[in-house]
Amino acid sequence: MPSPTRVIHKRIYEVVPRDLERAGTVSTEVRRELLALGMSPDIVRRASIICFEGEMNMVLYSAGGRIILLVRDDRVELLFSDRGPGIADIDLASQPGYSTAPDWARELGFGAGLGISNMEQNSDLFKIRSRVGEGTVVRATVLLGIPFF
Amino acid sequence: MRLADIAKILDAQFVTGADQAEREVGRAFAADLLSDVLAMVQEEGVLLITGMTTPQVVRVAEVMNMGAVLFVRGKLPPQATVEYATGASIPLLATPQDMYETCGTLYKAGLLPAKRKGFSLGNALPHARHP
Repeated sequence: MPSPTRVIHKRIYEVVPRDLERAGTVSTEVRRELLALGMSPDIVRRASIICFEGEMNMVLYSAGGRIILLVRDDRVELLFSDRGPGIADIDLASQPGYSTAPDWARELGFGAGLGISNMEQNSDLFKIRSRVGEGTVVRATVLLGIPFF
Repeated sequence: MRLADIAKILDAQFVTGADQAEREVGRAFAADLLSDVLAMVQEEGVLLITGMTTPQVVRVAEVMNMGAVLFVRGKLPPQATVEYATGASIPLLATPQDMYETCGTLYKAGLLPAKRKGFSLGNALPHARHP
């Protein structure tokens, strides 16, 4: 395993379930943090989209949880962890178009079933683990430049 | 295209951000489904044309660094949306035209579609929507 790179910046955000007034505010905050750190527009954009999709999933479906922003020398990491209910079949839930969204979420323009795949497509490294009855953890990484040289 | 020009040809008014009427938007994307906006738009500075007026629309626009939001079908956003957009410096416009007319008018005037992720027919697997 490569040695972990230095953490430059760390923020922890609480996500309140079903709080539609505030849904999306963690992501706009993360975006502002990354811009203030002088990250490139492409990195900011991808990380913001990942964060927004993850945050909306937590607001819409989870019992709440938190998002951790970790900026390292060579990467931006977003860690999502919630307190349940967990995802029984992650492969199915990641399929574009698969959704268990209630009508009220669809009426807001969300819940089209594109969230997890969109998070994955904007990440360089993406890991999701879940246990039904316990919760879901996601680690999404955006690499800054090419790390292999 | 300048926002001022867009407002003029669509008979639209600025809900907020009139001071940024000179701002240029290169291209446009139209959708009510915010999931699609998040998953498909691949560039910044885009004009978002939508009938959704919730504050989340502006948060999506901010996260994706869009140039402005244009509400169609005569809809005016609630106060919460306007306040958020003002704070985030995202101009909001509203036109009485419907989405089809709006897009047609802007396209004819030379505003091209935003660069977006290609989706082939059937990609969204509608049959897999419910468990």
